[in-house]
Amino acid sequence: MNELDQLYQQVILDHSKRRIGSPLVEPEGGHRHGESHQHNPICGDQIRVRVELEGEKFTAMSWEGDGCSISMASASVLSEMLPELTREEFLDKLDLFREMMRSKGTMTPDEEVLEDAVAFAGVSKFPARVKCAMLAWVAAEVAMLEAA
Amino acid sequence: MTGQTGTAEALTANEVARIKADFEILEHQVNGADIVYLDSGATSQKPRCVYEAEQHYYENANAAVHRGAHTLAVEATDLFEQGRETVAKFIGAKTNELVWTSNATEALNLISYSMSNASLGRGGEAAARFRLGPGDEILTTELEHHANLIPWQELAFRTGATLRYVPIAEDGSLRYDLIVSLVTERTKLVAFTHVSNVLGTITDTRRFVDAARKVGALTVLDGCQSVPHLPVDVKSLDVDFMAFSGHKMLGPTGIGGLYGREELLNAMPPFLTGGSMITVVDMEHAEYLPAPQRFEAGTQRISQVHGLATAASYLDEIGMDRIADWEEHLGELLYQGLSALEGVRVFGPADAKRIGTVPFEVIGVHPHDVGQFLDSRGIAVRVGHHCAQPLHRALGVTATTRASTYLYNTEEDIKALIEAVASVREYFGV
Repeated sequence: MNELDQLYQQVILDHSKRRIGSPLVEPEGGHRHGESHQHNPICGDQIRVRVELEGEKFTAMSWEGDGCSISMASASVLSEMLPELTREEFLDKLDLFREMMRSKGTMTPDEEVLEDAVAFAGVSKFPARVKCAMLAWVAAEVAMLEAA
Repeated sequence: MTGQTGTAEALTANEVARIKADFEILEHQVNGADIVYLDSGATSQKPRCVYEAEQHYYENANAAVHRGAHTLAVEATDLFEQGRETVAKFIGAKTNELVWTSNATEALNLISYSMSNASLGRGGEAAARFRLGPGDEILTTELEHHANLIPWQELAFRTGATLRYVPIAEDGSLRYDLIVSLVTERTKLVAFTHVSNVLGTITDTRRFVDAARKVGALTVLDGCQSVPHLPVDVKSLDVDFMAFSGHKMLGPTGIGGLYGREELLNAMPPFLTGGSMITVVDMEHAEYLPAPQRFEAGTQRISQVHGLATAASYLDEIGMDRIADWEEHLGELLYQGLSALEGVRVFGPADAKRIGTVPFEVIGVHPHDVGQFLDSRGIAVRVGHHCAQPLHRALGVTATTRASTYLYNTEEDIKALIEAVASVREYFGV
């Protein structure tokens, strides 16, 4: 597979079109929720992420955004992963995802932990695109902290 | 002014091939493909003679200019001032009407800050026409690069003046018809671009200059995209100021210029102050040199000036009218070729005079992804808002993909781009 195909894996192209978790939904009554808007001034990509928690557990993530296939697919994959995770589990995955993004293509990611997000391993070879992949994750973390 | 002088013969494909051979970087490969550089609107590539000139300076003449009596200092000063003469002539200015700055952005900020200093009373009565206050107006356009917008926003904030703008029509053309009603007795300054950095369209400068002259307003022209691509003569354009950058016209980074009418520059209070711009200094105050030195505080960019002058001579030797004709041809190929593709939308008025700059979108594929796909084939374009967010907002998009040419681009480069763009949608499954 050439580098471009590694970057644009089929999982990513599919998610960028399906956009699981989008658009935003109103939080259910009784759940704690938080929201974060993140913007990449370099390319103009932007995303608004809303998360809901019950106790330590995420119950939902929804989002709205405008951006490239990498940033939109990343949000879609995360929306699918997040419900049922505890705060701690999410932060562990976030650490691993960030480490993978900074690895410049050298890290073989743990599929057990990162699930569909392993598809973004190829992004780490393109430093200009790392921010795109991180955007939704960063927004989800800020939204979670806000919900605390 | 456009390249259609009718007297010059356009560059031939053979000549362009010879020109291209002067650019080492264009012989390289990117991602296994021959490089197709279509991002000269962001920065141009440099011919060998430019960086060899810089090397020559460091090997033979390096010294601080305008100070010291030793031989090297004299040689450095000569190169520095000869460079000014060469570049001033290139834009049709008198030698002492060209102020060196770090870039065009600094040149525009120089005017903005000099005017706010005048508004605080600096420069005395001689600087009265640079004063702004509540009730005064600054006029710009919706087409501008942020560098020809934000300095005026800030100037308005600092002085209490009001910033107004000439809007664009849906197709991106300027609403020239509104200039007459927007330029009034309150208008003190009119700032507009010569060529849109996004659309590549050439402004009818006369419309702005005539309106401004009628009310005695100052005119500021952003020449960043015109000086590299068209024959530019500031005297026939009849503008008061013009900013331009060196790195977009084959020169080094870190050097730009501000043209200003002699009598205006000499009446303006300085912006940056310090060494090299004074006559007499005591502990309470200082007297300033006339322009251009008045605006050149601190150690200057000497190797860059020498490099830029070499670039201007290189362009001059080929002929700016011939370069303009060639790029108009490439621009036409780009505009027509991209417009003919299914699922591709080209921005900018169809009937406009333009340089070889064309922005477009591939429907359903984000510009960042388009740029990545093209890069995998060795094609360099710019994606994003190109430092012109208001223009993109007016066009109803957040980002575009922009192809921009220069004298070293061939018809094959345009063909390679169009073929690649034609397969973008299929790759992304749109």
